[in-house]
Amino acid sequence: MNERKKKEKKMISDEKVLQVNNLQVSFRTYGGEVEAVRGVDFDLYKGETLAIVGESGCGKSVTSNAIMGLIPQPPGIIKNGHILFKGKDLTKLTKGELRKIQGVDISMIFQDPMTALNPTLTIGEQLTEGLRTHKKIGKQEAKKRAIDMLKLVGIPNPEERLKQFPHQFSGGMRQRIVIAIALICDPELLIADEPTTALDVTIQAQILELFEEIQRKKKISIILITHDLGVVAKIADRIAVMYAGKIVEIGNKREIFYTPEHPYTRGLLNSVPRLDLEDEELQPIEGTPPDLFSPPKGCPFTARCDYAMEVCDHVYPFTNKLSEAHRVDCWLQDERAKVIKNSDRVG
Amino acid sequence: MAKYIIKRFLMMIATILIIATLTFALMHTIPGSPFDDERTSNPTIQANLEKFYKLDEPMHIQYLYYLKSIVTFDFGPSIKKPNESVNELLARGFPISFELGMVTILVALLSGVTLGTFAALRHNGIIDYTAMTFAVVGISVPNFVLATLLIQQIAVNLEWLPPATWSSPLHMILPTLALATGPTAIIARLTRSSMLEVLTQDYIKMARAKGLSPVRIVVRHALRNALMPVVTIMGTMLAGILTGTFVIERIFAIPGMGKYFVESINNRDYPVIMGSTVFYSAFLVFMLFLVDIVYGFLDPRIKLHRKEGDA
Repeated sequence: MNERKKKEKKMISDEKVLQVNNLQVSFRTYGGEVEAVRGVDFDLYKGETLAIVGESGCGKSVTSNAIMGLIPQPPGIIKNGHILFKGKDLTKLTKGELRKIQGVDISMIFQDPMTALNPTLTIGEQLTEGLRTHKKIGKQEAKKRAIDMLKLVGIPNPEERLKQFPHQFSGGMRQRIVIAIALICDPELLIADEPTTALDVTIQAQILELFEEIQRKKKISIILITHDLGVVAKIADRIAVMYAGKIVEIGNKREIFYTPEHPYTRGLLNSVPRLDLEDEELQPIEGTPPDLFSPPKGCPFTARCDYAMEVCDHVYPFTNKLSEAHRVDCWLQDERAKVIKNSDRVG
Repeated sequence: MAKYIIKRFLMMIATILIIATLTFALMHTIPGSPFDDERTSNPTIQANLEKFYKLDEPMHIQYLYYLKSIVTFDFGPSIKKPNESVNELLARGFPISFELGMVTILVALLSGVTLGTFAALRHNGIIDYTAMTFAVVGISVPNFVLATLLIQQIAVNLEWLPPATWSSPLHMILPTLALATGPTAIIARLTRSSMLEVLTQDYIKMARAKGLSPVRIVVRHALRNALMPVVTIMGTMLAGILTGTFVIERIFAIPGMGKYFVESINNRDYPVIMGSTVFYSAFLVFMLFLVDIVYGFLDPRIKLHRKEGDA
């Protein structure tokens, strides 16, 4: 196990696969404009797993859909920013150019394997259609690849299984198939949008191990969207915490888990049920995220923050760089702010 | 599969028998007899006629003769047109009605599905609003009103198309239009709403994420799933269209089955009533059976048969 971990670490190179700069995505609705993503910046290195965590509605999925080119326009609009994939700006491509990247260089795994597969097409067809569209290869060759992929994700009797329909598979098996479909064209970037949320806990562990194994074998970069900190602890290299359409804190896994600096990150970590503390009650973060129809001028977490100051209400904090990887948007980092007591920290 | 088909087939026979029995009972509860309006007939001739058509026998014997005629599919001569057998009437009228019905179904399916699909793809756009306005009009205007309007405007005023009879493909256009508009509208609305639903499904998003062309996504991934409700109503719609042809055939003077069917009831022409009803119901039941089979092909989740190991 230890040896494996070392290998994994080594694989992350300095090459940037993806750079997201100041990404802003809005949706025009009858009620007004919802600012779902309000300026997101992050880089992704080759072979790395970046987890994006946050509550429902914080913009995680919109961010990943924007990278994947799946924001329906209208009503969605990418108002600002760039998504550079290996130097190419995905926001500037035409739909046709984008389709040459979708499923080939970037692919996606969806949350619910029960609905992500088309019930009326065989697994074989759903596996091979992307391959045959993009790589222009024959039926037999595509079938061979499909069988290899099913073996890789651990589905027994792949030859026979190819002819079957989704309803003939269990939930865990379907998620394996969804993963196989995502990987069949050898993508460099895999976006997994809550890939284990809809699965049993035992299956979750298997799927996460599958991710690790695939990453070792294929050296791909993974963006993992989740609100499950257990999943994050298991497979992420870096963690970005999103709140109200912004990344409020980003850093290595150790930095986020052991020295979280943003009050929201700390709240998230505190709200995880713990088995080792028996009579302890759960500590939820009180309140709800702000309405993104009219997001607050200052820090969006102010209303729920125990350490909120006057300035938080009016001005969005600067980004403070705490280490090479660790960045946090919080006024508490300002020298003028009072120092937080150590007992408040999670550790 | 074979087992299922045999089972369904037996059920079909039972259904037809029930319909036949009901028809027989209803037919004989209508007051009057086939010979009511023939003033010249004297009692002896009438008695001989009744004897010839076995109408003097007790009801249950008549019923048995009737069942025999169904099984052998020989309904004997018509009472009103003694020189023609019911089978001959059916053989002459049915192909025409069938042609009109099938062309109508085809037109309705093709245009309805196309219209509905485009309306869904351009949701809340001009195409959508136009198509749905057309659909509301199409559903609300009865086909006989539309038929008369078409005859008056296109055939009589503009003289573009022949107003009646059934002798060339040109003659088919107006009756088909009149008959197909309603079903087209219903199919278009159904396709649109189920298409809209299907397009929001995860597997469509996944198909997009695979980088497939929009045409392939719509045709291969969306349409097949969106057509399920359309197939479901096809069975009943067929019945509607086929009975609808009776009225339309009347208006356009088309020598199909509708004419004989309606006349036979007015005349108490028992053999024709029985023959055409049994034939029609057999046809419809068979169509419904076909629809079920198609359903199974479209959606593999619907099991027509139990396989080992399946729940």
